Amino acid sequence: MAKGNRKVPGINSSSTADIAFILLIFFLITTSMDTDRGLARRLPPPPETQEQKNDIIVKERNVFQVRINKDNQLMVAGEWSDIRQLRAKAKEFIDNPTDNPNLPEKHLKNIPFFGDVMVTEKHVISVQNDLGTSYGAYLEVQNELVAAYNELRNELAQKQFGKTYEACNSEQRDAIAQYYPQKISEAEPKKYGGK
Amino acid sequence: MGKFNKSGKRGMPELNTSSLPDLIFTMLFFFMIVTTMREVTLKVQFRVPAATELEKLEKKSLVSFIYIGKPLPEYQKKYGTAEQIQLNDKLTEASDVQDYIYQERENMKEEDKPFMTVSLKVDQDAKMGIVTDVKQALRQAYALKINYSATQRH
Repeated sequence: MAKGNRKVPGINSSSTADIAFILLIFFLITTSMDTDRGLARRLPPPPETQEQKNDIIVKERNVFQVRINKDNQLMVAGEWSDIRQLRAKAKEFIDNPTDNPNLPEKHLKNIPFFGDVMVTEKHVISVQNDLGTSYGAYLEVQNELVAAYNELRNELAQKQFGKTYEACNSEQRDAIAQYYPQKISEAEPKKYGGK
Repeated sequence: MGKFNKSGKRGMPELNTSSLPDLIFTMLFFFMIVTTMREVTLKVQFRVPAATELEKLEKKSLVSFIYIGKPLPEYQKKYGTAEQIQLNDKLTEASDVQDYIYQERENMKEEDKPFMTVSLKVDQDAKMGIVTDVKQALRQAYALKINYSATQRH
């Protein structure tokens, strides 16, 4: 009878590397690495009834009209404009630093960290586009308007807290967002000039 | 002088490859973690516009995608060259968007439903007419959090 220790032969593992390689290549092909980024917006809830649509009357000085026509031309507050001027114009409108009677009215409001301040909380930026407007132009306008808000909020954060809006904690950010509430309304598109 | 003895055969020592599988496995796990599965095969072609004020899309499980663009060449015979809407794997009309949102919401966990986000991947040359139709449908379906997909411009 064989009594000596019988050795189990070692399993040849030189092919595990190949197996792992195949798995690796499979995952490389079926997955995508790109992180999605985009402009976050919030849509207004659907109108309940037809009458409700018209019951909000906004004073003319509180409205900032941005119109884009089918040739992607821009009309800002009643005059032809360029996309590069939009941000500065929007900032001036939102902030109304000189209390101009043609720019939105200011109201006294109590905000934590700031106390009683005058804010233009009733302002509305109305973006109206044509059915033939290209999406690229539309998004550029949206981007400039969001940039205007972000710049104002950043400036305020620097002044008040000495850091950027991003770096503030959530209460500070809330207070700043109350100071400059984001109000971009999207009107129903008009069909001025065909497709 | 027999100082330099060349008679002995000096072979290359064998390279130990037993740790190679571990190395490859590490790479594999890395890729599995940082990437996400591609969910749909695209039937439309689009180039998203560039913008500066971007936010990252968190939590892929809360996000539904809507693609708008011209159909790929192989589908152009059937659908034409005008911009189309793609939901999941189908090219559809704007009227189907509402049902799609309800369906997507059905598949979500109860606590996630209020945080549902819709990412719009739209070609930059698409006309706003079709985008507006989709937006109105999203409003009707109460999918109010949307994200216009864009690339970072420096």
